[in-house]
Amino acid sequence: MTSAPITVTINGARKTLNVSSRITLADALRDVARLTGTHVGCEHGVCGACTVIIDGLAVRSCLMLAVQAAGSEITTVEGLANKGEFSALQASFRKHHAVQCGFCTPGILTTMHALLREEPDADEERIRDVLSGNICRCTGYVQIVEAVMEARASYSRGSAA
Amino acid sequence: MTRSNAYIGSPLDRIEDLRLLAGAGTFVGDLKPDNLLYAVILRSPISHGRIRKIGTAAARSLQGVAAVITAAEIGEVPIIPVRQHGKPEGEPYRQPVIAGEKVRYVGEPVAVVIASEQCIAEDAAELIELEIDELPAVATHEIAARDQTLLFENTVTNLATTFYARMGDADMAFATAEYKRKEKFSVHRHTASPMETRGLLAEWNPELQRMVVSGATKVPFFNRNVVAEMLRLQPSQVDLIEVDVGGGFGARGEFYPEDFLIPFAARYVGGNVRWVEDRREHLMAMNHAREMYADLEIACRKDGTLVGVRGRIDIDLGAYVRTNGFTTPRNVVQFVSGPYLIPNIAIDAFSYLTSKTPTGTYRGPGRYEASFFCERLLDMAANDLGIDPAEFRLKNLIPEDQLPRPLATMAGLDRTWQTELDNGAYGVVMERCLKEFGWEEKKKLQGQLIDGRYHGIAVGNFVEGGAGGRFENARMTIEKGGTVTVAVGSTALGQGLQTILSQIAADALSMPIERIRLLHGSTTLVTQGFGSFHSRSTVMGGSAILLAAEALVALLRDKGASHFGCEPDQVSVSDGYVYYGTKSMEFSAFAGSEVERQFENRKLTYSYGSHTAHVAVDPGTGHVELLDYMTVDDVGRIINPATLHGQILGAIVQGLGSTFLEHLQYDENGQLLTGSLADYLLPTATDFPNIRGISLGLRPCPNNPLGAKGAGEGGLIAVGGVIGNAIAAALRSMSVEPRDLPLSPPQIWRLIQQAKASNHNPKMNEQS
Repeated sequence: MTSAPITVTINGARKTLNVSSRITLADALRDVARLTGTHVGCEHGVCGACTVIIDGLAVRSCLMLAVQAAGSEITTVEGLANKGEFSALQASFRKHHAVQCGFCTPGILTTMHALLREEPDADEERIRDVLSGNICRCTGYVQIVEAVMEARASYSRGSAA
Repeated sequence: MTRSNAYIGSPLDRIEDLRLLAGAGTFVGDLKPDNLLYAVILRSPISHGRIRKIGTAAARSLQGVAAVITAAEIGEVPIIPVRQHGKPEGEPYRQPVIAGEKVRYVGEPVAVVIASEQCIAEDAAELIELEIDELPAVATHEIAARDQTLLFENTVTNLATTFYARMGDADMAFATAEYKRKEKFSVHRHTASPMETRGLLAEWNPELQRMVVSGATKVPFFNRNVVAEMLRLQPSQVDLIEVDVGGGFGARGEFYPEDFLIPFAARYVGGNVRWVEDRREHLMAMNHAREMYADLEIACRKDGTLVGVRGRIDIDLGAYVRTNGFTTPRNVVQFVSGPYLIPNIAIDAFSYLTSKTPTGTYRGPGRYEASFFCERLLDMAANDLGIDPAEFRLKNLIPEDQLPRPLATMAGLDRTWQTELDNGAYGVVMERCLKEFGWEEKKKLQGQLIDGRYHGIAVGNFVEGGAGGRFENARMTIEKGGTVTVAVGSTALGQGLQTILSQIAADALSMPIERIRLLHGSTTLVTQGFGSFHSRSTVMGGSAILLAAEALVALLRDKGASHFGCEPDQVSVSDGYVYYGTKSMEFSAFAGSEVERQFENRKLTYSYGSHTAHVAVDPGTGHVELLDYMTVDDVGRIINPATLHGQILGAIVQGLGSTFLEHLQYDENGQLLTGSLADYLLPTATDFPNIRGISLGLRPCPNNPLGAKGAGEGGLIAVGGVIGNAIAAALRSMSVEPRDLPLSPPQIWRLIQQAKASNHNPKMNEQS
């Protein structure tokens, strides 16, 4: 299988990854970059667990080839915290018990982070609408929505949260 | 210096979240030891057939392939034992770990490919020439019951077992009943579908002759003993290690074929083998659940007093009797009466083998189904008799002074199969639920057509069994720095167990939770353990921790007494110190002190509660919008109200998924038609936004020192019946009666069309 080096910026650090042309970005992040916070739940773009932020957009890394990400700026769940401190969104998830098994959580955090950066005033309906692209089997979503609603404040203050 | 032992009952932030929110959890697919090989399993594409050929030459010759394992390489193929509710007649129907001669469902393992990369293993699996002579599919329980095509030729029937639940004299009760109604119902096949698919990492060390299997969950000790025996190793040569787990819900962590195949493969190649299934594989290989067909009759007096229920339930068990395959059939007959006082019961269950994925437990096993049947019958009876459905239920709930009360006897089975409801104020909780829901106000909407949609409300009640599995062990060790390591046999499945058990341990030792290190789940930690199933971890693991803490405190008082030169009862222990008068010593001075205790229990706990729902049905499309869903339950002593609340809300939404969306469909050839999450619909954030739950700690359980009851399943149990009843109430003017799940828009639409067609006979009352 042909392998090619790609250069990407992951969580602020420039990296060159040697990836075979047929592997997905999700597999490259997990197996090559060894960032295993990005989870793979269905491999067909339905569950959203593998969502990462590429050049500001929430993207399903299981539906994208790694080589397609060459040159892009990627944020994974590992990149949300700031110097080991939880972001406002992560802290709010903890406060509201928005996590149970935690398998879907990375994809939900990245999706909601991308949303709130664009739309810090998103209302509950909008949040639920965007969240509906991510499946959580444990929580029933109520506490996740509460957590996201409360985290909005830190985005609207203009910080990147 | 003194602290108030306030961890229990407090909504503490979860310890687990620190790693899970950072993306630093460790799930089995995250493990990547050196020299890792990857396993891919070739599965039968045929429902029922005889294997003619498994050609592996091309697969073996692909570069990077380390091995291809079939039944031939395994030799004597082990058979998976039944873990709970086993019966002798079920033994011939147990599953071999790999298909050698016959396949009996789409998804049955036929070969295992081991390769240096995942994609090479997948390529190689494609190269295997699998030839199967098809036999007639046994795609339904009705075909199975004919016994024309036997799944096991060495048996005479596809009927794996029968269960009989009995109480009082049902024949007599029905002969003299003032009111009777007979109905057919069905629950469709669906399953747990945790977000993390299954996976295992097996590491074989040839020098030490030791096997370490990561990815264990639910019942690691049982599974360790089984795999050791199958591999002809001593249990001490095998360790099962629990890592983070992406949801279990009853289905994950039972002993599946892969729990042998992957460790076997590791030993076969002499190294490390990891297998993580994909979603399609998951949907065809992990236990399915719930498919059954009921023919039940209810009897009561004209004033609405229940006198009896009788009938039969036919269960589609799938192709094999798996580790807990008989648990659901047993539960469904025993729990039809739920929390209601029904003095005469005669229900028979028949479990048929079909050529579909085998079934096992899923959250609220048998209880979700039984509740659907029971609650639907109650509303039909209440309506026929002109009694308000809430009043009807309040009249028939078991009064507190009649508890404990045995459930129906499992006829012909010993006392380990019998159980009794422990305690509870069923009526108090139901009244609270009606109040929170606003029953009296919403009642005015019953059956009303508003803006083109019919409104309906309903209420139902459940009991949830907890604390199964006879014992659990806990060990406490004082470490050098004065912290206490607590190890338990219970396993975490994503329910916050680490936090909950740490709260219990910290209170029991009167010390800060930061100084407790809680370990769980792995076979290396305690000498024996059970795991997490049957809503048991908090009750069993927590009670074991209480006993261990008591023993540790006693030990420290003895040691303190000899140090201080006083009597043990003059010594006190708290905050990580041992005190005598004004003197004190830190725990660190007692480093190495260790106790292990076992909590034994044969009585189950029964949390209970009520569900209410308000729906609006669009008669043009059959779409049902859930406008409000409210539950109130009593779980005995509450350890962490926030994690509990999450369990309740999550369970409700799973129940709504079961009731409206999720459906594992097969065609007449036994081919699975729903092999992706685009076909098998799980609830999303926009489906059911209006759900509420209140949990009470009203009646502590009398059967364990913690006073806790299992929780986590109750939020799901009553959903099918309550939603079915709310839809029936909404469409009362058309006499629509949902009898078959799921209540998908096409199903509701069809019922409305049928009702319209028979419009001249609006009251389809089958009262006899």
